[in-house]
Amino acid sequence: MNRTVFPHKLLPWLLVTPQLAITVIFFYWPAAQAFRQSMLREDAFGLSTSFVGFSNFRRVLSDPNYLNALQVTVIFSILVAFCAMSIALFLAVQAEKIVRGKGFYRTMMIWPYAVAPAIAGMLWLFMFNPSFGTLAWPLRQLGIAWNPLLDGEQAMGLVVAASTWKQISYNFLFFVAGLQAIPRSLQEAAAVDGASRRHAFWTIVFPLLAPTTFFLLVVNTVYALFDTFGIIHAVTGGGPGKSTETLVYKVYNDGFVNLIMGDSAAQSVILMVIVIGLTAFQFRFIERRVHYG
Amino acid sequence: MKAISLWVAGLVSLPFAAHAQTEISWWHAMSGANGEVVEKIASDFNASQSEYVVKPVFKGTYPETLNAGIAAFRAGQAPDIMQVFDVGTGVMMGAQGAIKPVAEVLTEGGFTFDKSQYLAGIVGYYSSPEGEMLSFPYNSSSPILYYNKDIFEKAGLDVNTPPKTWAEVWAAARKIKESGAANCGYTSTWLTWIHTENFAAWNNLPWATNENGLAGTPELKIDGPLFIKHFQELADLAKEGVFVYGGRTSEAKQNFTSGECGILTESSGGLGDIVKSGMNYGIGQLPYDETAEGAPQNTTPGGASLWVMAGKSPEAYKGVAAFFNYLSQTPVQQFLHEQSGYLPVTNAAYEATKASGFYDKNPARETPILQMSGKTPTENSKGVRAPNLPQLRDIQNEEYEKMLAGQQTAEQALKNAVERGNAAIKQASGG
Repeated sequence: MNRTVFPHKLLPWLLVTPQLAITVIFFYWPAAQAFRQSMLREDAFGLSTSFVGFSNFRRVLSDPNYLNALQVTVIFSILVAFCAMSIALFLAVQAEKIVRGKGFYRTMMIWPYAVAPAIAGMLWLFMFNPSFGTLAWPLRQLGIAWNPLLDGEQAMGLVVAASTWKQISYNFLFFVAGLQAIPRSLQEAAAVDGASRRHAFWTIVFPLLAPTTFFLLVVNTVYALFDTFGIIHAVTGGGPGKSTETLVYKVYNDGFVNLIMGDSAAQSVILMVIVIGLTAFQFRFIERRVHYG
Repeated sequence: MKAISLWVAGLVSLPFAAHAQTEISWWHAMSGANGEVVEKIASDFNASQSEYVVKPVFKGTYPETLNAGIAAFRAGQAPDIMQVFDVGTGVMMGAQGAIKPVAEVLTEGGFTFDKSQYLAGIVGYYSSPEGEMLSFPYNSSSPILYYNKDIFEKAGLDVNTPPKTWAEVWAAARKIKESGAANCGYTSTWLTWIHTENFAAWNNLPWATNENGLAGTPELKIDGPLFIKHFQELADLAKEGVFVYGGRTSEAKQNFTSGECGILTESSGGLGDIVKSGMNYGIGQLPYDETAEGAPQNTTPGGASLWVMAGKSPEAYKGVAAFFNYLSQTPVQQFLHEQSGYLPVTNAAYEATKASGFYDKNPARETPILQMSGKTPTENSKGVRAPNLPQLRDIQNEEYEKMLAGQQTAEQALKNAVERGNAAIKQASGG
């Protein structure tokens, strides 16, 4: 293979400088600060600082509340990623079948993506507020003791539903694009061979969608881990008890509410390691099975 | 050349501008009607003299304001005055190098600072263990009982006698539920502030050792027999559906204003929303436990105070002193008290409000003041302080929620809250 050689030495660097600057300022610098802080013990105002090595990490990892947050995060992320992707795929396939008003349906489907997480959280909070929520009333008429303020599982269901609802639009958009890229001829051939629609979907369409699905898996995992903070903050605040306190929420709570900077920084470093590891794992093991057309 | 001459001109004119008016920044957390009061006080002060300009900036909720102030301090951009809520008092007191005591600012500014002019219960809370006033009490409140007179009437209860003790509250709440007058008998905001910290002070029980932390590092005592009894009764009522839990802060107010619950315990500062809802309400003192010795004692102040940040110029401190002096004046205090439902902080303002006949027209508005200063505070009732009070409240809320959901008894909940709380205090105070 021929190596492309650029005649200028300076120009390429100049062209990537803006991107490098953004990466350094908004990623490496804060990450380095988090590393530094995670080894320190400091009061909120930064008046007294002492180096404590890894003792913040040791304390965080031996804290049963941290393990609880880890468990909550795993359950929450799997539920959100799975529900958001499967519902979006179902809707995308259905929307493809529509003959009239396709554009209208698509626009309506994409709408929730424009809603800010905190506002989405407030919407769900009001709809399902046990005392005056419009949708809590029918639940209670059905004989369900609806009270997410005290029932941890219901609270989890509520934040999962709100986070899923918010992410479906994004997934829908990519699935629609992915479906349009699949040649009609393949499906028509399958139909001629007498394959049922369901069979054709699972053996032809779904495997061909794999690149899209894989991309969305990575994006949804990161979304469930980080971007759902606003929703959790607005809907449950991590409660009741600690039943909806995810790792990110705990970083916020320990750092900005309880002002324990060292522990909070140590947790964010651990979180960074988890995300890097998870993404590496996805690319290493799952991507192998993805077939790029 | 032109740029340089402009720069020189700017340099020359700068000292004159600074001399003309010193700007004092004031970060606060008051929104809605209370935010308008802040703006009015600042603009009236600015109009009253020409040397200083106070610039109030709204920074969000109480915790958000505190965080913004801390972040700004770390970046060397702290405001001159910062409003910090009661719970953040311990955090600010621990930050010796970050703040300048208010008593010092006032005396250096040439004002004589006489502590006896201020309501004792409030000033005591914002003073160091040595008695030096560290922050300026701006808005103080106290928890009281609100009840829906229409629901009381429907349930066959006396609309003119609010329940005085917790036992009476439970009985009234059960009657409201059983008679079908409302779906829920009783609800409460802030289980930590009202049912834990004020429950202790009002019933003269220790919340923690070392004078509730005012005299040193505290060790929690909230698993005493009366606490256990009180919370078990609350848990039982929750199971019967008589007591409805609204949330960790002031969410439960909505359960009351929507007419779902007949009785509410809430801050006196929450009066505005209840008046706005247009309901037929009555006010009573915070209930006490009749089996507690010496109850009712006195309640402790909630709300917020103004802290002066360290490292500012002498002119800025003079301006802050002048502003605090203005804030202490009787008409200003009276305005603040009558507009916002918060308590006046000087005795003179209280007397003036009384003399104006305001309490004759609004008798309930005096309730929180009588509650707070009816008796000389004991070491159980001066207030509570810990280096990490927000965290302690979080822990308590988590345990209370598990208890109300029926996952544990009141005894387990309180024992856990004490154990986890003490471990957190130890860590926070460097143990």
